[in-house]
Amino acid sequence: MKVIAFLIVILSGSILLYATVDFPGWADPASPAHTHLSPHYIEKTMQETSVPNIVTAVLADYRGFDTMFETAVIFSAGVVCFILLRVFRKEKGEHHYRHVPTGIIIHIKNDRIIPDSSEDFERIDTQWTPYDLVIKTVCRMLIPFIQLFALYVIAHGHHSPGGGFQGGVILGASIILLAISQNLRIALIRMQEKMHALLCPIGVLIYAGTGVLCLFFGFNFLDYSALASVLYVDPVTARSHGILLVEIGVGIAVMATMIWIYNNVSSAGKYDEGL
Amino acid sequence: MIWELDLVILTLVVVTAIGAISVKDLLSSAILFGAYSFMMCLLWAIMGAVDVAFTEASVGAGVSTVLLVAAIFRTTRRTKD
Repeated sequence: MKVIAFLIVILSGSILLYATVDFPGWADPASPAHTHLSPHYIEKTMQETSVPNIVTAVLADYRGFDTMFETAVIFSAGVVCFILLRVFRKEKGEHHYRHVPTGIIIHIKNDRIIPDSSEDFERIDTQWTPYDLVIKTVCRMLIPFIQLFALYVIAHGHHSPGGGFQGGVILGASIILLAISQNLRIALIRMQEKMHALLCPIGVLIYAGTGVLCLFFGFNFLDYSALASVLYVDPVTARSHGILLVEIGVGIAVMATMIWIYNNVSSAGKYDEGL
Repeated sequence: MIWELDLVILTLVVVTAIGAISVKDLLSSAILFGAYSFMMCLLWAIMGAVDVAFTEASVGAGVSTVLLVAAIFRTTRRTKD
């Protein structure tokens, strides 16, 4: 079986390598992709959308329909993870607590618990119990800066590399870092399950809603120049603001999906003890 | 584009890719996959596709490695084959 798989990989790999011979040279100005569409984007993007970063303009404006369904794909990935993994049945379990002043770990059976309000004991996971003050403190100090950077990436996507996808992933990663450095329950206090499950479709809705709003003003779907009358700006600037709107939608959807998938995978769907 | 740098990174891409599919320990495989993503990110940056490089760094090298490690934590660390 392994030999057959290896042969298939070699065969398809060599076919792909053979196909690259037909490619135009790297950065060849005479290639088909660079003769019709690219010059228009390079020359007209600034006049048409007032966005200096051409990639963002192409991604969210000229090819906005593509990006909307990319966001929908990410949303459905989160939903599928939820449907496959989430279990709501509560098992009678054992709990482990650490006595904070002494570091002694106690083990309680038959589903008895020490109340969360107890200051002397803290709940720890059964499988993963490292306790490192340095890691905890450094992560707690870093997370606000990571989130601020993520917001900068989303908001500054017009002028520099970045945008909704990258910023959303960084925002999600900051919450995941909280879950890794402390534990999943503390991360769930900051971002509850209902919250991230709701934010996920809300992000997609913001994107699609911006498109539908353009329809109401008698323009095409996702033609942001329609928003000029609402935002009191000229149509060119309105396209720039419309890009920012959909980037925010993408960012929210991606952030929520990353947290959603991580919580489901790391806690095996129980949302109790996780990595 | 500096061809020496390009050569080093391309070699590392191939090495990490072969390593990621051939090691028996799935955790090492996940880490090698993260290294592979990071090398790809450097390649995109060298070729001038900064937006793609940024996405690769945050999604490929960052979050997907964490998701793989979380999945390994909940399943098993050794491969059967």
